[in-house]
Amino acid sequence: MYRYDEFDASFVSQRTDQFKDQVRRRLAGELSEDEFKPLRLMNGLYLQLHAYMLRVAIPYGTLNGRQMRKLAHIARTYDKGYGHFTTRQNIQFNWPRLEDTPKILEELAEVEMHAIQTSGNCIRNVTADHFAGAAADEIADPRPYAEILRQWSSLHPEFSFLPRKFKIAITGAPHDRAAVQVHDIGLQLTRNDAGETGFVVYVGGGLGRTPMIGRKVREFLPEEDLLAYSEAILRVYNRYGRRDNKFKARIKILMHETGLEELKADIEQEFEKIRFGVLLLPDEEVRRIEAYFAPPPLEVGSATSAAVEARRASDAAFAQFAAHNLNPHRVPGYTSVTLSMKPVGGIPGDATDAQMDAMADLAEQYGHDEIRISHEQNVILPHVKLDDLPALYDGLVAAGIAEGNAGLITDIIACPGMDFCALATARSIPVAQRISERFGAAERQAEIGELKIKISGCINACGHHHVGHIGILGLEKKGEEFYQVTLGGSANENTSIGEIVGRGFSSEEVVDAVEKLVDTYLGLRSGKEETFLAAYRRLGEEPFKEALYGAA
Amino acid sequence: MKVITANRLLNGDVVWLAGNGNWVERITLAKAFEGKEAVAEALALGMVSKDRQEVVDVYEMDVTVEDGVIVPVRLREKIRATGPTTHPDLGKQAQAVSA
Repeated sequence: MYRYDEFDASFVSQRTDQFKDQVRRRLAGELSEDEFKPLRLMNGLYLQLHAYMLRVAIPYGTLNGRQMRKLAHIARTYDKGYGHFTTRQNIQFNWPRLEDTPKILEELAEVEMHAIQTSGNCIRNVTADHFAGAAADEIADPRPYAEILRQWSSLHPEFSFLPRKFKIAITGAPHDRAAVQVHDIGLQLTRNDAGETGFVVYVGGGLGRTPMIGRKVREFLPEEDLLAYSEAILRVYNRYGRRDNKFKARIKILMHETGLEELKADIEQEFEKIRFGVLLLPDEEVRRIEAYFAPPPLEVGSATSAAVEARRASDAAFAQFAAHNLNPHRVPGYTSVTLSMKPVGGIPGDATDAQMDAMADLAEQYGHDEIRISHEQNVILPHVKLDDLPALYDGLVAAGIAEGNAGLITDIIACPGMDFCALATARSIPVAQRISERFGAAERQAEIGELKIKISGCINACGHHHVGHIGILGLEKKGEEFYQVTLGGSANENTSIGEIVGRGFSSEEVVDAVEKLVDTYLGLRSGKEETFLAAYRRLGEEPFKEALYGAA
Repeated sequence: MKVITANRLLNGDVVWLAGNGNWVERITLAKAFEGKEAVAEALALGMVSKDRQEVVDVYEMDVTVEDGVIVPVRLREKIRATGPTTHPDLGKQAQAVSA
């Protein structure tokens, strides 16, 4: 994986020193809260309902055992013994003291991590497919490009005061697991007829209060133009993006108000001006960065493992795990394993310090020391030998992270909601927990099959509810929590925004409503292979609406 | 009825204004103010504390008094006063048990 060069190490260290001094001045009363707030936000430090919250960047969701162990150490030493993995592949600590944050940042810098640009109106952590570098269907590993974008966007002076935050996602496979079409810039690696690598480029996707699917601005952007073209997009946005209204400041609104053709022309015009300048990506530089992401030495083996088959036959829980939590690896004899952070009835995305330590140990022992965080709030060991799977599974059972529910109805994305977040209008996590308990039985989950439920506690949509097969949005109505349900959303290569089916539900009613939707699907699906989403797309909303509200 | 609330600068802890003008870490120890003038006066006191860099995010919030105990009206403030409903072992609710 990528290792800091002298420049990276020096800027992170300088930034840590700078923030240490800013905290000192704040505590000494030399800086007011109004002066300090933008500074702390630039370093990922928020103030939430109960305490400060520190959001630590995990670039493109990739880390190693040493880094995971450091996160465990921070959770144990400076927080309350746990961390929360987020939908942007980051981790949040919910209880740090302001005076401890400089020390936390110093500890992070020791393992080449930081919290820079995890907040504020700048280019945020670039996210990527969590199976990057391992997936059988991958054209190329997207992480070298994500790293190149990270280097370009870190402390970019021109883009440190954008109209609003800016999120980039990249996928290396035709099956999009990085939700690129709901990002400000979405990049999909592709090859042209000549076999050259490039990108399909989407601009103006986003969720939040105005969900929009990104528009394709380039069918094929050559690799060497990645930075110049990105810079052109950002320049156009920085110049024309609205600054008069925070809620209309994202590039999706600019795309919507300007129109695809005009905005595309603006981008292309800017691009032509800077195309062959300093941002031209030389082939040797891409290959140099790529070398950091060279796969570990993997011995080609058999596509099936006798050890796995034997265990599968004798252990139903293992069989369930193996059926759902493995992703095909490009090297026969290996698999990518999802460690579910969604125990039945548990808090989506939470991991204790002990679990983080266990994941670090298991990654080192069985996973070539590679770990990924997925935007679905799970942890991935991308390179596991099939023969090692039973032993790994035993380690996961011991750590309490062996739920075999990846992609199933209990693998729910939920934002922190009103239990933590100052912006939330309702709680999300307890709804996720109750749904998880309702459908927690292994056979029932397996019978229902792939179903993505995503829950947000306010219209800012951190829980991605717009792209949930079933989306749940928590609002406040007359002082009570109130949940609006959307159906048919999806964030893969066939992205769609879910549709509101009708009036919302009280907290007491919402789990029953989900059950009615699931039962309706089970009754109407053409067969087990037709997923909830496929059935919804075939049947339309009527039967689901009728199940929820009765015949019109 | 209203109480004045804020978060402590140093650790972000939720606090409320008591009758003696100090910040307290239990809403039950806070003072409820009635009437525009009393609330404005209390809020001004909170703002002075903010200017002294003791707390941040000072604001007034609605409460009722039930059996002599101050209870927040909005769920958000109920959660601030007790802790995350998902983690009964954390926040003020946990301190209350261990105290």
